[in-house]
Amino acid sequence: MNGNAMIYAAQAAEREERMREELLAVIENNSRIDLKELAVLLGAEEIDVVNEIAAMEAEGIICGYHTLINWEKTSIEKVTALIEVRVAPQRGQGFDSVAERIYKYPEVQSVYLISGGFDLMVILEGKTLREVSTFVSEKLSTLDAVLSTATHFILKKYKDHGCEIVQKKEDEREIITP
Amino acid sequence: MRNLLSGVVVNIKPSGIRKFFDIVSEMNDPEVISLGVGEPDFDTPWHIRDEGIYSLEKGRTFYTSNSGLMELRQEICNYLYRKQGITYDAAHEVLITVGGSEAIDIGLRALINPGDEVLIPQPSYVSYEPCAVLAGARPVIIDLKAENEFRLTAKELEDAITDKTKVLILPFPNNPTGAIMEKEDLEAIAEVVRKHDLIVMSDEIYGELTYKGKHVSVASLPGMKERTILINGFSKAYAMTGWRLGYACGPADIIQQMTKIHQFAIMCAPTTSQYAAVDALKNGDEDIAQMRTAYDQRRRYLLHAFKEMGLECFEPYGAFYVFPSIRQFGMTSDEFASRFLAEEKVAVVPGTAFGDSGEGFLRISYAYSLKNLKVAIGRLERFVQKLREEPS
Ligand SMILES: Cc1ncc(COP(=O)(O)O)c(C=O)c1O
Repeated sequence: MNGNAMIYAAQAAEREERMREELLAVIENNSRIDLKELAVLLGAEEIDVVNEIAAMEAEGIICGYHTLINWEKTSIEKVTALIEVRVAPQRGQGFDSVAERIYKYPEVQSVYLISGGFDLMVILEGKTLREVSTFVSEKLSTLDAVLSTATHFILKKYKDHGCEIVQKKEDEREIITP
Repeated sequence: MRNLLSGVVVNIKPSGIRKFFDIVSEMNDPEVISLGVGEPDFDTPWHIRDEGIYSLEKGRTFYTSNSGLMELRQEICNYLYRKQGITYDAAHEVLITVGGSEAIDIGLRALINPGDEVLIPQPSYVSYEPCAVLAGARPVIIDLKAENEFRLTAKELEDAITDKTKVLILPFPNNPTGAIMEKEDLEAIAEVVRKHDLIVMSDEIYGELTYKGKHVSVASLPGMKERTILINGFSKAYAMTGWRLGYACGPADIIQQMTKIHQFAIMCAPTTSQYAAVDALKNGDEDIAQMRTAYDQRRRYLLHAFKEMGLECFEPYGAFYVFPSIRQFGMTSDEFASRFLAEEKVAVVPGTAFGDSGEGFLRISYAYSLKNLKVAIGRLERFVQKLREEPS
């Protein structure tokens, strides 16, 4: 490549990187957005947006599309617990194999390796308090590598995934201003 | 009682915005959606509000110095150096004001002698002309043209200059058109300004909101800092309209006289807001970037929608307004806006609220969520369709 070609290639790469960043920011908050509209917002061609999304799905950057639900407003009972788990890391595998044994349970929503006073943060969803406690006492605590657990039940969600759940704000601006 | 009121004040015509506001308020219809505001829809970023709250908790409830907190003036200087490469002296060349609004008013009052002419490009913000009149100046309007994307050209400027011309107001990025002036545009203007020994009042309140390269301040051009009052503020960039805080930077002798008026009329800008603003300048770049991205997406959405419905609109690269032309419908801006409000319940501002040269245009603000814009655009499309089907 000559000098100019290299500069163009670098600029194209930077543009693609910026488009990715902006694209992710939009769909992180609105995964249901129409692709044609998304292209307009990004000032890009629809085909490029489609390709970019497909590429990021293949690369495992986009892992899924979910819906944020306020279950409290439904008649469906759900309880969520955050469980701090201390584990003994295993030779040659560190925390990974314990983590896997835990995250394979379908009722486990998330598992994070954490710095500080404990090792794994497990987020668990169940129908009732009893169901969650049973899981902790019978499944989680009985794993050989698990040293101790501390379970915290979520009582109320104020904000979730960047979305304020408790109060919706009205537009309080004057209707017409200079 | 005779001569109850000041003739000068009585003769100032009420703002066209006010008239439209009254019509919308009278309708008092919850279904009306407005695209008529000139302020951000975002809340002030929390860390900035938090600094304001903290200053109150600390009991910082006293006047500051007339010019404003030294720390804030210093941060403004850092900001202008960082963004524009201009060096101002925080002690003598910066004044903290109650919004850009106050800076416009007292800046003109500090400069004008009776009979001086002030050049005001229009369409533009509603306060320049009345403030010039109140300062005793003769306002001279320069009508900007759609074919120039509402930029000011050197020729238009040159043609408006007389031996009485003293001040040029440079309102870019522009409210209501969204027009910007790029570096080359400004260089051509600066040359004329230097040649005729004018002073520029550059209202750069929307300077952070540009969508085609970075904003360039006229004060950063050679020989211009010493003849420019640079006006900026926190309202638009940081979504802080209600905090009422702005500033003026300029030659020490002008700032000194402005400070004198400010001292007698205002005392000092709100203390809580000043503390919050220090944090805005120190830690607010990321917030601005996020808001700018959101505005830019809405801007693209609107331009695309106008194109689809055959509504002519030049591409505006600044502020949060688009300024489409409605000339094809053979109506005045006022008629179009009034009917659009009555029939589709959407409030937009007629271009004429910002000067006669706004005739044939509408100001549509995109300081609204995409969700709101979509509903409004749906109604606009229906309205435009209806107009096209009407016998002419
Ligand atoms: C172009 C322009 N200048 C100045 C102002 C005044 O802003 P503030 O007094 O809030 O700083 C506005 C507000 O709408 C504006 O649009």
